Amino acid sequence: MATAPAANDNTRPSRLGPFLRSPAFGLVLVALLAAAPAAAILLGQPFWLTMATRVAIFALAALSLAFILGQGGLVSFGHAAPFGIGAYAVLILADLGIADALVAFPVAFLAGALFSGVTGTVALRTRGVYFIMITLALAQMAFFTFTSLSAYGGDDGMTLWARSTVAGQKWLKNDLTFAYLAIGLLALFLVLGNRVLASRFGRVFRGLKENESRLAALGYDAYPVRLVAYALAGGVAAVAGALLANQTEFVSPAYMAWQRSGDLIVMVVLGGLGPLHGAIVGAAVVLVVEETLSHLTEHWKIIFGPLLILIVLLRGGLIARLLGGRRG
Amino acid sequence: MNTTLLLVQTLNGLQLGVILFLVAAGLTLVFGVMDFINLAHGVQYMLGAYLTATAIAWTDHFGLGLALGMLATLAAGFVLEILVYRHLTGRDHLEQVLATFGLILFMTEGVKMVFGASPIAMRTPEILSGSVVLMPGLLYPVWRIAIIASGLGVALLLWLLVARTRIGMLVRAGSTHAPIVSALGVDIDRLFMIVFAFGAMLAGFAGSMAAPILSVEPNMGDGVLILAFVVIVIGGIGSIRGAFLAALLVGLVDTLGRAFMTDILKLFFANSSAAKAGPALASMLIYVVMALILFFRPQGLFPAERR
Repeated sequence: MATAPAANDNTRPSRLGPFLRSPAFGLVLVALLAAAPAAAILLGQPFWLTMATRVAIFALAALSLAFILGQGGLVSFGHAAPFGIGAYAVLILADLGIADALVAFPVAFLAGALFSGVTGTVALRTRGVYFIMITLALAQMAFFTFTSLSAYGGDDGMTLWARSTVAGQKWLKNDLTFAYLAIGLLALFLVLGNRVLASRFGRVFRGLKENESRLAALGYDAYPVRLVAYALAGGVAAVAGALLANQTEFVSPAYMAWQRSGDLIVMVVLGGLGPLHGAIVGAAVVLVVEETLSHLTEHWKIIFGPLLILIVLLRGGLIARLLGGRRG
Repeated sequence: MNTTLLLVQTLNGLQLGVILFLVAAGLTLVFGVMDFINLAHGVQYMLGAYLTATAIAWTDHFGLGLALGMLATLAAGFVLEILVYRHLTGRDHLEQVLATFGLILFMTEGVKMVFGASPIAMRTPEILSGSVVLMPGLLYPVWRIAIIASGLGVALLLWLLVARTRIGMLVRAGSTHAPIVSALGVDIDRLFMIVFAFGAMLAGFAGSMAAPILSVEPNMGDGVLILAFVVIVIGGIGSIRGAFLAALLVGLVDTLGRAFMTDILKLFFANSSAAKAGPALASMLIYVVMALILFFRPQGLFPAERR
């Protein structure tokens, strides 16, 4: 992102700030996450393994949203749709007898990118609050379409018979291997995402958020740039969905419910809307808070909801300030 | 497909459209006047249904219960405005989305804790629970007729209120020239409070009217909220007239699509594939209509004049 003017930054300048914002710190976060599964096995805490995998999967989805929302200013409220489509891609392919991840994951990516690309042609013609509502409505369209697919369980969803194979091998049956696949994909897309943002295309995309008319004056057309970024983000979200389908071995339209889109936005905003790896922090915080609260009471949302309101009223609070996405 | 069924489904579509209008009106007013995106509007619809159902059970009288339920919804609107909404006006849309999302989680869970997760019933009075013969062979439930009539009545009242009264004039002016209205000595924050609480009450009224047909359950507002978004996006944000026409359009397209899509497809495709694709296509239909309209008119059909 174009760096915020430091003049009106009233927080104490710290040496840590620039490091926390740098891509290198993103890799530190991934490394920390990668330590969790190993620690889980060593300390005999299998639940940590599941949790770390879940964090990696949702961090990947949140990262793809952070790409368009944090960096491009596109507040999509329908990001659960490509996420769910990725999950269904795995299910439908498995149903057709194609259970290999080397086919299913690329197909999931393409399906998510296609959905986002096509819906983006309409959604990106609009701005601001229209964009929020239209992405939400289009995601609902996907949701209702999949609830009416009785061949794949309708609104009850369907069990995935087995995890995807890799080149015919059942490696992913092992939870540890699977955890590292999820974390590896997160690392891969984090690096790729940062590379794209640093490229000419990425700079134009980020610049559009700051000043669209200036870029128009420089001869850049906003629409195709945003459309490509939007489609790419949809593809990455779909890969996360494909991972979740494999982890839970179950797929249902609830994957693309609008509350899930809301959760993803919460993760991105908690991550500070700054660098992409903020989304990893956001995803981890949301999942851990949800987990902790749900141990306290089955009605954990009665605490989580007001918590969200407070975070907004207090302007992003600690986490956002640490990662420095907010200004003024 | 026969004429009677077509008529019945058209009336059902009209009835859904009227409900959608009641919800969309408050949403679009709040957005038009204060540039505020309120995701929790669907929760106010749900809350209205719960409060009214409770009040009717408590007073054992339909009219009295309905009035009490509406007053309670209005009061809830004021409380929410004071506690949450007024602190969010003028903020980023993203922050409004986030905070109102938090409000949805809280309210939905709160209702679950108080009333339980399973649907509750709402009693309707004897005279409104039967059916009448509209024409030979066409029997139609009285309650649905009551919904259509009261919805159209509210729409007319709303139009009179907005177009003919002083507060309506301020609302219209506030939606296009808020700073000037404020400079003329009008308390724009108080205006917002009134518009907001009034919108909440309209949504609550819609919820109470829909309650006997659907069921009163914690998530009943979600689907309606998103349909209301479709309505105001198609109609043009901030435009009451747009919301009215778009609500009827969405209500009719959705209802008729669900009723006849499979039959229409059977004219062109094999029965089995039509039976499979029909329901899926029917549930997508309004979104396809929305996408088409927005492709040609990104600002909606009747955009309100903006700054």
